[in-house]
Amino acid sequence: MSAALSLENITCTFLSREDRAQRYTAVRDTTLAVGEGEFVSVVGPTGCGKSTLLNVAAGLLQPSAGRVLVRGEPLSGLNRRAGYIFQADALMPWRNALENVVAGLEFRRVERREAAAVGERWLRRVGLGGFADRYPHQLSGGMRKRVALAQTLILDPQILLMDEPFSALDVQTRQLMENELLELWSADRKSVLFITHDLEEAISLSDRVVVLSAGPETRPIGEFAIDLPRPRDVSEIRLTPRFIDLHARIWHAMKEEVLKGYARQQRQG
Amino acid sequence: MPANSAKASLRSALAPNPRNLRAYQALVLALVFALWYVLTSPTLLPPFYFDNPHKAAFFFGEPQKVLGRIWAWFVSGEIYRHLWVTLIETLLAFAIGTGLGVAIGIWLALSPSASAILDPYIKGLNAMPRVILAPIFFVWFGLGMASKVALGVTLVFFIVFFNVYQGVREVSPVVLANAQMLGATPRQLLRHVYLPSAMSWVFASLHNSVGLAFVGAVVGEYLGSAEGVGYLIHQAEGVFDINTVFAGILLLTGFALVLDWLVGRIERRLMVWQPRRSETEPI
Repeated sequence: MSAALSLENITCTFLSREDRAQRYTAVRDTTLAVGEGEFVSVVGPTGCGKSTLLNVAAGLLQPSAGRVLVRGEPLSGLNRRAGYIFQADALMPWRNALENVVAGLEFRRVERREAAAVGERWLRRVGLGGFADRYPHQLSGGMRKRVALAQTLILDPQILLMDEPFSALDVQTRQLMENELLELWSADRKSVLFITHDLEEAISLSDRVVVLSAGPETRPIGEFAIDLPRPRDVSEIRLTPRFIDLHARIWHAMKEEVLKGYARQQRQG
Repeated sequence: MPANSAKASLRSALAPNPRNLRAYQALVLALVFALWYVLTSPTLLPPFYFDNPHKAAFFFGEPQKVLGRIWAWFVSGEIYRHLWVTLIETLLAFAIGTGLGVAIGIWLALSPSASAILDPYIKGLNAMPRVILAPIFFVWFGLGMASKVALGVTLVFFIVFFNVYQGVREVSPVVLANAQMLGATPRQLLRHVYLPSAMSWVFASLHNSVGLAFVGAVVGEYLGSAEGVGYLIHQAEGVFDINTVFAGILLLTGFALVLDWLVGRIERRLMVWQPRRSETEPI
């Protein structure tokens, strides 16, 4: 069986806009696969090209070399089977919560009343039933993330790409959102590629954690199966011995890269 | 002491606040008119600058006569024809200029090669003092409304154009990528992302361009026409009737304010999604 999403030997080299001779290779020769219904997290130090990988998987960015396979078929153009949750606010500020949630249906020319009914259902599902007519600036950061989740999940994508979706939230909201994400995910087990710099988040959510090296020329340096039982509660599971053991092992593999990345940032700063 | 607290409450009632704002604004207007009246009346003050007491009134008009002139215009109905012409010219210039500005602004913002090629010409046309084009427009479009509309369009177009261009280029890349991932086609991106994003810039420019549409219409009329408020002003100036000139200016100002207010109303209606500064209510 082919994987839901596989990145094969991806290399991404960016040319500097000011000086064509300057190159920056963000990702080098990376191979990564997400199985059907699998939740895979990618962790790595800041600035290591995690988002680059995700953009390649989404089809928003053409890799310099390598190819992307979606269910065994090579990807050209945008990845139509994937939904993308961005790190930054990606809601359209001129649309209220409901209009944002149904945007994708509208783009697919679903009849307006039908779309609104489905949208209302999704808003209730992410706990925002009474907020349909609020505009993004009237919602809190956590609420906006919920709207973004509903906006993407309403299209029922087979693959979910998430780029540090909760990194801007406070710790409490974040754990609530993580639990909600797990609950939504367990309902229909989409294939998830989840990018984060937070190892605890990665372990508590995933089936598998991939560790990336520090940039430039990022590549995977370790892979860990997370055999914690599901369903999980992200705040409780962090206290179990198995979690602590996994955390110690992965952190051991990551530590050197994190320090490398930190040292590089210090030099640049 | 009661006297003190009465004084304090009087002071707080007199302090400028949202309730008495209009009263203060009216007071400023009344003061300006009073000052104008006192300084130009031939009999009130002894002449301190001009040797002849009637010269101040000759050069600066007299407010009571200016207002009387406006009153007479409306009572006799003579003004409606001219006002109508000027308003139609203004509105047409405003609508056509805005439409062209939005369309070409979006086109150039989304087409980097076209914008790179046309860049120096756009800059040149914008830098050119476009009122100079009036005589050419008279030759092309005659002395009727069309030449005034054309002049107004050249003034309005560039303001709206530059704002739309900027607005489209500053669309958040994340919002754009998100809409693409949600399946928007290029047309849908234009309709649902670029246009709404540019609209806030457009409305900022509309306040400027309402005034400029008026400028185009009135300057055009002033330079050559047989009707319109600019024509009235020109006629009055020809016979040194300074009161009528000021009356025309006041009238145009009033109408420009009304149009600006209308634009503001529409803006508030369409831009509900924009965050406003919130104020707490003191309890």
